[in-house]
Amino acid sequence: MNVARLRLGAQAIAVAVVAALLGLLIWKVAQGDSPVVEELARGGTPEAPLFTLERLDGKGDLAIESLRGKTVVLNFWASWCGPCRDEMPLLQQGSERWKDRNVVFVGIDIDDLRSDARSFLERFGVTYANVYDGKSSTVGRYGATGVPETYFVDPAGRIRWRIAGPVDEAADLDEGIERAFQAAP
Amino acid sequence: MALLALAFAAPAAGSELRPTPAELESELVCPVCETTLDTSDAPVARRMKARIREQIAAGATKSEIKSEFVDQFGTAVLAVPPRKGFDLVAWILPLAGLGVGVVAVGALVWRWSRVRGDVPPAGGAREPLDPVLEQRLDDELERYE
Repeated sequence: MNVARLRLGAQAIAVAVVAALLGLLIWKVAQGDSPVVEELARGGTPEAPLFTLERLDGKGDLAIESLRGKTVVLNFWASWCGPCRDEMPLLQQGSERWKDRNVVFVGIDIDDLRSDARSFLERFGVTYANVYDGKSSTVGRYGATGVPETYFVDPAGRIRWRIAGPVDEAADLDEGIERAFQAAP
Repeated sequence: MALLALAFAAPAAGSELRPTPAELESELVCPVCETTLDTSDAPVARRMKARIREQIAAGATKSEIKSEFVDQFGTAVLAVPPRKGFDLVAWILPLAGLGVGVVAVGALVWRWSRVRGDVPPAGGAREPLDPVLEQRLDDELERYE
């Protein structure tokens, strides 16, 4: 085989590989935050990423899609997280206060031991649905930066508000719910 | 040879049946900080270490303990990826890369050695001079003697 052509081919492949790696780097840097967080920051209403996860109460799986038509308060938490402990009573009270107004609370337990999560829910008397996401499959798609973090999803399945960090007061929780609630058709 | 094999096999079997917290902590990864448990002091890592001790006390084998963590956190919790399924790529790619590197270096060395072989060695055998030129050179030298 012609050595010159072989060398030219090898050089072309090397340049293509370097270009591909450079493109990947630029794409990764440009991507930055998750699309959900970016759209929320622009004032948009991104669609809540779909998931189906195992319920911690042992009643099978829960798919967020099955909650269409309801306002959903989606709270990311973990049993080892101090601020999650602090806000949990507020969330439980909120779920009771809003339950007759077509608002459902859903907890997503991440990076946690299943047994710890169950003990935590029992200790705080949490009665609303909680799902287990030990593999953190939802974290990147929602753009959650840690725990706790709370998303307010309207009945059409669009995220209307997000609280990064703990919910400090009932008024903050109510404000988020109102934002998603008012979007109801 | 058989004795040597037994000497190595015995500790491995012991480790499987009676694992120590230290070895499991070096083989499992904290899902939050993504370092092995023995180098992590994150809250979840502390809980995982406690769970390892509970499982060992309950008589669980090393595989059973690891399986429980994989069930909860996925294969990413293992410091060394399993040699099956998609995780096999993590084992094959470095070896394939090494193979390609060895072939590439070998090809280059072969090529360079061929190029160097074509160059006449310095101070080596020279081509004979043209007889006319040689005669002229001899005549010139005689003039100076």
